[in-house]
Amino acid sequence: MLTIKDLHASVDNKAILQGLNLTIKPGEVHAIMGPNGSGKSTLGNVLAGREGYEVSGSVTYHNQDLLSLAPELRAQAGLFLAFQYPIEIPGVSNVYLLKAALNAKRKAQGLPEVDAMDFLSSVKEKIKAVDLDQDFLYRSVNEGFSGGEKKRNEILQMLILEPSLIILDETDSGLDIDALKVVADGVNSLRSPDRSFIVITHYQRLLDYIVPDFVHVLANGKIVASGGKELALKLEDQGYGWLDNA
Amino acid sequence: MSTENPELTALLNQNYQHGFVSDIDADSLPPGLNEDTVRAISLKKNEPEFMLAWRLKAYHHWLTMVEPVWAHVAYPKIDYQQMVYYSAPKLKPTLNSLDEVDPELLRVYEKLGISLNEQKKLANVAVDAVFDSISVATTFKDKLLSMGVIFCSFSEAVQKYPELIQKYLGSIVPYTDNFFAALNAAVFSDGSFVYIPKGVRCPMELSTYFRINAASTGQFERTLIIADDDAYVSYLEGCTAPMRDENQLHAAVVEIIALDRATVKYSTVQNWYPGDKEGKGGIYNFVTKRGACRGVKSKISWTQVETGSAITWKYPSVVLQGDDSVGEFYSVAVTNNYQQADTGTKMIHIGKNTSSTIISKGISAGFGQNAYRGLVRINPGATNARNYTQCDSLLMGDRCGAHTFPYIEVKNPTAQVEHEATTSKIGADQLFFCQQRGLSAEDAVNLIVNGFCREVFRELPMEFAVEAQKLLGVSLEGSVG
Repeated sequence: MLTIKDLHASVDNKAILQGLNLTIKPGEVHAIMGPNGSGKSTLGNVLAGREGYEVSGSVTYHNQDLLSLAPELRAQAGLFLAFQYPIEIPGVSNVYLLKAALNAKRKAQGLPEVDAMDFLSSVKEKIKAVDLDQDFLYRSVNEGFSGGEKKRNEILQMLILEPSLIILDETDSGLDIDALKVVADGVNSLRSPDRSFIVITHYQRLLDYIVPDFVHVLANGKIVASGGKELALKLEDQGYGWLDNA
Repeated sequence: MSTENPELTALLNQNYQHGFVSDIDADSLPPGLNEDTVRAISLKKNEPEFMLAWRLKAYHHWLTMVEPVWAHVAYPKIDYQQMVYYSAPKLKPTLNSLDEVDPELLRVYEKLGISLNEQKKLANVAVDAVFDSISVATTFKDKLLSMGVIFCSFSEAVQKYPELIQKYLGSIVPYTDNFFAALNAAVFSDGSFVYIPKGVRCPMELSTYFRINAASTGQFERTLIIADDDAYVSYLEGCTAPMRDENQLHAAVVEIIALDRATVKYSTVQNWYPGDKEGKGGIYNFVTKRGACRGVKSKISWTQVETGSAITWKYPSVVLQGDDSVGEFYSVAVTNNYQQADTGTKMIHIGKNTSSTIISKGISAGFGQNAYRGLVRINPGATNARNYTQCDSLLMGDRCGAHTFPYIEVKNPTAQVEHEATTSKIGADQLFFCQQRGLSAEDAVNLIVNGFCREVFRELPMEFAVEAQKLLGVSLEGSVG
């Protein structure tokens, strides 16, 4: 699904990712943990194609050279980034954005635009799954939403677009336990043999709900340790300090 | 009469053998402006004596005025003696097919979703008889006339309804109002006239598009709209298709009168040539638009989408005289490349319980400069007057500018006046978010900008609103990324 080789990224000559390697197979869930400033969010941004980074190395996604693609082409190819800080778009209703995004993807796949009625009934079904009121469909994107509502809205977008590679960038930050369960349920409902996840998080807590196949520790722009879900528990227990001596 | 200019004198003395309509097509006046120019225009239009007298007073007043400099715009000095004040409608060469049209122009038409037939008309390609706008217009006119609605060119109104013209011309925008209004009064060549009789709700949107001779209105246009008691009319001005014109200065005047319980909705989409990417050659659009809510419970609503012109200087205003009258101003102004816009409104509250709403959205991109200038005045007698003003500016890039100049004068303690202003930037974050959801950079900008303008677009008639959204996309093309 995704093969990252020797990935470097820097901003204003400051190196952030320094030779990262990672291979993700279809159906796998990989958790990325690590101390502040280790490059976790940069990894998500670079994979999604955000501007402002000097990038080198290679990333292959579904046999395509991911780094050569514009951000929207990556999205249309099924890469989805759930943002740590979802932005607001005043005056643009949620349902309008959802439909525009879905149609952009369908167009790229050579499919006709989605039928308006089918779309509406599917959206109304899926918004229940993230425990948001239907009113949110007609409100401006994220405007005046609480932190938890914004995160649930990200999950709604994910459920509509049904991407094949999903990157969750600290989606658990700022969520209470109920919202965390809603988000995790949304993610788990999409788990399938041909869909993969990269779960970026600070806390082991999220991984109780979204159980990973692999846990990686990112430090100084590299993966310094990898293991199963028990690695997350060790980190929770002992912090990151032991890795310096490892 | 002056004999300084023999050419003019000859023109003035010539006999009209074919009636003035065909004569108009034949000739134009030499450049320059003096009393003879004004007389010549009035004569060529076969105007009654009161029109000439009014034009001359306007001309003499104009001589005493100086061009205003307070607007936040900069342009080279205009030489008013170098301009031609009257010319026959210029006949563009007729083309045989769209293949002969500038492909760039066709690309813009395509993006705006203009039909093939309409494209041909705009590009002056010969069209088939089915698309004969004159016959369409005649059909509409007959229907309107049967309801008592008058909708014709200003020249025609001067001939057919001189009493209405004499009563209302200059009653809202007197020739003393400002430099450009005085100039317009002296030399205006044509425009539109609308009268809606008592109790009539005009059954269709009146659009200049369907008016006979609409192509020949020229650079000094004058529009007069009168809505009698309990009348309603929605008037559309302009066209989303790009309009090119060799006259650089456009100084139009629009006057609206709403009598008791009448409603006038005036929507404009202005897309004059803005100049090239360096800002050369664009139109200067210096317009005076004002409506008077003369009657009780009357309402005048201005909605404008301004995307064209090199310089826009325009303040559609409402004088709220009647008790319980309502004034509204909804505006989107876009400046890209080197465009400059200084636009806004004036709401003058005179009657009791009058209310006004101002929603202004300014979008600046490239090196564009966008200023909102608005006056809200509550006179001493305007008990319980209310105003709500919201001015939002959107910046794209870091070389453009947005400026807000609100003036609020309140002379009655019962007034409620609210003013809100915001400035935001299309951020890299917003763009990246939309792109990450699969939208191209261009679609993302359109989405964000249309969201920003939504409160104004929803005031436009449905079809116009769709066109305006597309137009915004075209105007801002290439301004991001």
